[in-house]
Amino acid sequence: LPVPPEVPKEDGRPKWDNKFQYILSCIGFAVGLGNVWRFPYLCQIHGGGAFLIPYFIALLFEGIPLLHLELALGQCLRKGSIGAWNTISPYLAGVGVGSWMVSVLVSLYYNTVLTWVMWYFINSFQEPLPWSVCPLNENRTGLNKECYESTAVNYFWYRKTLNITPDVTESGTLQWWLILCLATCWAIVYLCTIRGIETTGKAIYVTAIFPYLVITIFLIHGLTLPGATDGLAYLFTPNLNTLKNPRVWLDAATQIFFSLSLAFGGLIAFSSYNPPKNDCEKDAVTVAIVNSVTSLYASIPVFSVLGFKATTGYWDCLDRNIISIINEFDLPEESIMRQNYTPWISFLNSSYPEKIAGLKLKSCNLQEFLDQSVSGTGLAFIVFTQAIILMPGSQAWAILFFIMLFSLGLSSMFGNIEGVFTPLLELQIISKSIPKELLSGIICLICFLIALCFTLGSGSYWIDIFDSYAGSLPLLVIAFFEVIGVAYVYKINRFSKDVKWMTGRKPNLYWQITWKFVSPLLLLIVFVAFVTLQIQKPPSYAAWNPKYEGFPMKEEKVYPPWVLAICVLLAVLPCLFVPLVALFHLIKRMRRSKDPSFVPPEMFSCQGTK
Amino acid sequence: MLRVLLLTLSVVAIAHAELCEPDAQNAFKVRLSIKTALGDNAYAWDANEEYLFKAMVAFAMRRYSSKSTTQISNVLLCNVTDRVSFWFVVTDSSKNVTTVPGSEVEAAIRMNRNRINSAFLLSDKTLQFLKITSTLSPPVEPSTPVWLIVFGVVLCLIVVGIVFLIFAGIQQRKKKNKKSTERENLEEKDEVTVTVENGIPCEVLDLKAGHINGVFAADDERFTSL
Repeated sequence: LPVPPEVPKEDGRPKWDNKFQYILSCIGFAVGLGNVWRFPYLCQIHGGGAFLIPYFIALLFEGIPLLHLELALGQCLRKGSIGAWNTISPYLAGVGVGSWMVSVLVSLYYNTVLTWVMWYFINSFQEPLPWSVCPLNENRTGLNKECYESTAVNYFWYRKTLNITPDVTESGTLQWWLILCLATCWAIVYLCTIRGIETTGKAIYVTAIFPYLVITIFLIHGLTLPGATDGLAYLFTPNLNTLKNPRVWLDAATQIFFSLSLAFGGLIAFSSYNPPKNDCEKDAVTVAIVNSVTSLYASIPVFSVLGFKATTGYWDCLDRNIISIINEFDLPEESIMRQNYTPWISFLNSSYPEKIAGLKLKSCNLQEFLDQSVSGTGLAFIVFTQAIILMPGSQAWAILFFIMLFSLGLSSMFGNIEGVFTPLLELQIISKSIPKELLSGIICLICFLIALCFTLGSGSYWIDIFDSYAGSLPLLVIAFFEVIGVAYVYKINRFSKDVKWMTGRKPNLYWQITWKFVSPLLLLIVFVAFVTLQIQKPPSYAAWNPKYEGFPMKEEKVYPPWVLAICVLLAVLPCLFVPLVALFHLIKRMRRSKDPSFVPPEMFSCQGTK
Repeated sequence: MLRVLLLTLSVVAIAHAELCEPDAQNAFKVRLSIKTALGDNAYAWDANEEYLFKAMVAFAMRRYSSKSTTQISNVLLCNVTDRVSFWFVVTDSSKNVTTVPGSEVEAAIRMNRNRINSAFLLSDKTLQFLKITSTLSPPVEPSTPVWLIVFGVVLCLIVVGIVFLIFAGIQQRKKKNKKSTERENLEEKDEVTVTVENGIPCEVLDLKAGHINGVFAADDERFTSL
């Protein structure tokens, strides 16, 4: 009896336990550390609420169409990135290889960021928190010099965690505590991805939902902190003038793109485990909207806490000035309070200007404290940890915060590893008899050994390099070729028919126009603007050098030529695969076309291979 | 007689006044921040507190030099301000109208800093002797760093999880291998795919029903023995 088309074929491919697991995995992959520490920063520097306008425009015309494209592709072709692109056209297999390569590179350094989170987590179980006090120097006469000149939080991050070298060329030694944490992180990743989606599907329930709980707790607590409203007002007050700056639009487009984790191949891998008849259109819209709403939701507690920190810093500044004045003029305690500081200071300045000048008082300005914007690791490990010290019950808040960061990062790691794992499983190189556990173990072990480089003294400089070059430019190129490949090589009509077979309705005009014209155009513009901005100034980095005159300010240094060569290699290598593989197939075809017995392969269709 | 007495007293008073002056030799400035330390329980600084201070300094000098010659009257206070800050000197009654060297006073205060602080319910920060630095207490270091313990716990949990999952996988594979060899013995030789009836593979129906399908059993003799 022929198999009726409604019955799913028994092709032995693993599948999700239920739809919720799949959606949660996609959301977990998309929602990552960037939602917490990059989006609020962008909102802050690009005019607060006004940033949401370019952000949502980019979401509508770039994010959602590309997401739908990838999910539909994976679901229809039921293969990982390399196999899927090979099926669309052998000339486009390079796109799959490129995204596989990017997934590998990103997995390497992303887990090292999680290593830092884990290190802070296991250090949060002490009283007092190790980043709240400066250690004493050798002869116990005072505080450690490096710590005293900067702050305790900076010292713990740069010296006790990273043990950073003053220059990217000085590698320093392997930091054994980071190696231990790195091994633990890779062991956790191995534990969760040991059998592919069978195990990640169970783990995702915890790692995807737990961060939302913690964000809510921080939201409620953050809003009760003094100064929270200042921070929130600062964040959300729209300044529409910033929209005239093209940089804002570029940042919005790149943020949406990287936030949704497009072009990694992980989304294709996830949707390839779906039953073919699944509404991928609704899934795409759901995942994109949840990702953006999460960014907004997470920025509220982040900014409440930053407002609290700014207010506390402002109060500390005032208090220090008040103490100096009281000591100098021998006034009774509590005669000058924060509220009547300004009239007092103007009175004293008019009566005793030389004495006041001699005190060298710092000018305390709340706006200045709020303006100190940080993103990335600086936000989590320096600014936020400092704010946590000021809260009562710091250990609990620290533990919660770092577990949340760890879950956010871990769920994104699942997507990265899946993007590496699934194409390897389908490649003919790997024999079918190798158990999945062994393959995932080998991948995790190799990644761990390579990632040991990031535990060197100069490791964090290298992670910045990887993040800026491997995790940005190649993705734009690959996504561009993805859209062009589907719209013009696979042909949009064929694709629409496939989507109609899967979802039950033809994709409407919005999808057609965005896939064919708007998204490729937007990607091209973003790519050109991105490259132009990169080329304009020589790439530099900020080094932590205790011997620098301007210490604790960071020293601006330029990358030496061999490091620049590596940067270019990281950016160009994944992109190179696209033309290289196409060329390889062209040569193979030209040789084969001379062979008369050659039969061209059949046209592939979503409704099942004939 | 009276005039001589008055003259001597005034000379002594002036001498004392000269001994205790802001920035005088061997004089130290003290600054108290009582409200900061005690808040609502703050006491007012009055002559009784000054008396206690003089007593504590005299006590410190006695303990340090272990000669019981320093009297409360040897400690002179002056320039008391509302801030609660003042200057003090310690005079030496054995040598007339001179002050004890600053280094001795400093050492004495340093040795008994804790006692002096607790007499006033203050700390090193709220009872400041300017020019006398306090020795910093060494940080409390536990024998094993706490983070290693937490790390050990986390690592053990993960290793247990991995080992459990690997063993479960091996057992599952053994069960699947046994099932597939059973299935091979039931299938006909020339059919590779599993026959499906109403969407359920046939041997599942067989095993579920718990009886052997007559069609298969009857054809047993057709198979060539392995």
